[in-house]
Amino acid sequence: MKLVGEKTVKGILGTIAFSAISALLLIALFILNEGLPFIFKYGVREFLFSSDWQPHLNKFGIFPMIAASLWVTLGAMIVGAPLGVAVALFLSEYVPQAVMRIIKPTIELLAAIPSVVYGFIGVMVLAPIIRNSFGGPGLSLLAGSIILGIMILPTVISISIDSILAVPQSFREGSLALGATTWQTIHMVIIKASKSGIIASIILGLGRAIGETMAVIMVAGNSVNIPTSPFNSVRTLTANIALEMSYATGLHRQALFATGVILFIVIIILNSIASVAIKKRTIKK
Amino acid sequence: MRIPPKYTQATAVTILGGATVLTIVILVFIIFFILEKGLPVISLNFLTSNPQEMGKAGGIFPTLIGTILLPLLAIIIATPLGVFTSVYLSEYTKETKITRVIRFGTDCLAGIPSIIFGLFGYIFFVIALGMGWSILSGGLTLAVMVLPTIIRTSEEAIRAVPKSYREVSFSLGATSWQTVKKVILPNALPGIVTGIMLSIGRSIGETAAVIFTAGSSLRIPSSLFDSTRTMAVHFYILAREGISAENAYGTAATLILAVLLVNLSAYWIMNRFISKRS
Repeated sequence: MKLVGEKTVKGILGTIAFSAISALLLIALFILNEGLPFIFKYGVREFLFSSDWQPHLNKFGIFPMIAASLWVTLGAMIVGAPLGVAVALFLSEYVPQAVMRIIKPTIELLAAIPSVVYGFIGVMVLAPIIRNSFGGPGLSLLAGSIILGIMILPTVISISIDSILAVPQSFREGSLALGATTWQTIHMVIIKASKSGIIASIILGLGRAIGETMAVIMVAGNSVNIPTSPFNSVRTLTANIALEMSYATGLHRQALFATGVILFIVIIILNSIASVAIKKRTIKK
Repeated sequence: MRIPPKYTQATAVTILGGATVLTIVILVFIIFFILEKGLPVISLNFLTSNPQEMGKAGGIFPTLIGTILLPLLAIIIATPLGVFTSVYLSEYTKETKITRVIRFGTDCLAGIPSIIFGLFGYIFFVIALGMGWSILSGGLTLAVMVLPTIIRTSEEAIRAVPKSYREVSFSLGATSWQTVKKVILPNALPGIVTGIMLSIGRSIGETAAVIFTAGSSLRIPSSLFDSTRTMAVHFYILAREGISAENAYGTAATLILAVLLVNLSAYWIMNRFISKRS
């Protein structure tokens, strides 16, 4: 009786263990099934590289949104990556462990703040500042980049800290014993040893920035155009989906799912790169 | 032209320390900005009365109900799936190709943006399974979204249970499942609860995945098949359509307080857990 029970339990647990991967496959299946046929029917080149997005005329070119997503994400990286890595280095190398244990969870609260709240702060605080100092509408590529840059901080910081702390203590001691300062130890030893983890943290941040929706809708302005300056109003891929999904039907809705397909593929590629980078770190360790 | 190490050291401390201070200032600013403008709006009446004119006046009572129901449903569904997955990964199998695939799937699921979950929930739960815009569709979508968080935190908690506990249990003749039930899960409980709290926090603040699956009805739901509106969605609609700045701030402040409460209790549980361990 007991033996049979054990086997049954193992069988049940083994089945449940596939829930996450099944969910992922189900998501892939349904998004691809809804979007891919449209892409092939409409033409891959026409869909990706045409700038003509006029759903009421059945014109579905998403190039302006691709450009906007890339620029906003690049901007978020410029804001968030150096800041995040700097914080991670400071917390793990200059601050006593006890203090870090208080500051790290505090900073991780940034991840808990809902994205609509970030968007709202962007609208109420950041956009007026940009409007008053540089002109333009304020709701812009720049505003989106800054808000997203802040939103990716917790991702960059916690994963970087994990990989920096994984550097063996003896590396630090060796460097300090040779008379190096903490900074020399950081840039000659620590950064080199934790490079792949730091890169992984930035890639995961990149994935988060590209996929963020609500905050970007609120602060980036949402006009469909290829940005020529940071003060332009832009619409990202994610914003395009969320803005039009509520009323889209037929071909238009399929086009939005097709936009989702592009996003999905980009995210899976980024995650795969990051997971390889993190694995490299663990193997080296 | 070599800069003496003393100066590079001082510059590095200033820049890295400055970055840290800046980050904390941004966090504190966001929280205080919302609370300062929103707290005066919050009153018992605001929390317990129905919205009028699409939220221009009145309170946020129905959105409180939605904000409680959706995460609750998500947790009820995702917790057993997530915990048992991590039990299987850490107790019942060695590292094989299959576990690597499961882990990779979990990592990928964790990185998927919420708008994709929204699209999926809409096409799968709302349309294909015919659940319509409902609490059920929204809860299921959120369950899929938080599953990776629960798997990861539970697995960490389970792995942190000392090996000797298992050995003692086995030496007393307990089976694997008895060991899991009586020894491992009770000892890993605080870590598992932390994961659940973090998932609740994320669900409360979620907008993109909820708005396309649970809809945005302001009526008080009478069954799981009714549409509902969460606080996050309500706040988004109030702010974006410029319905009422005052009520938007009030809703945002309630939202922030709820999320902070949930996350701080998660850390509190985790800290007690860690200090008990060491």
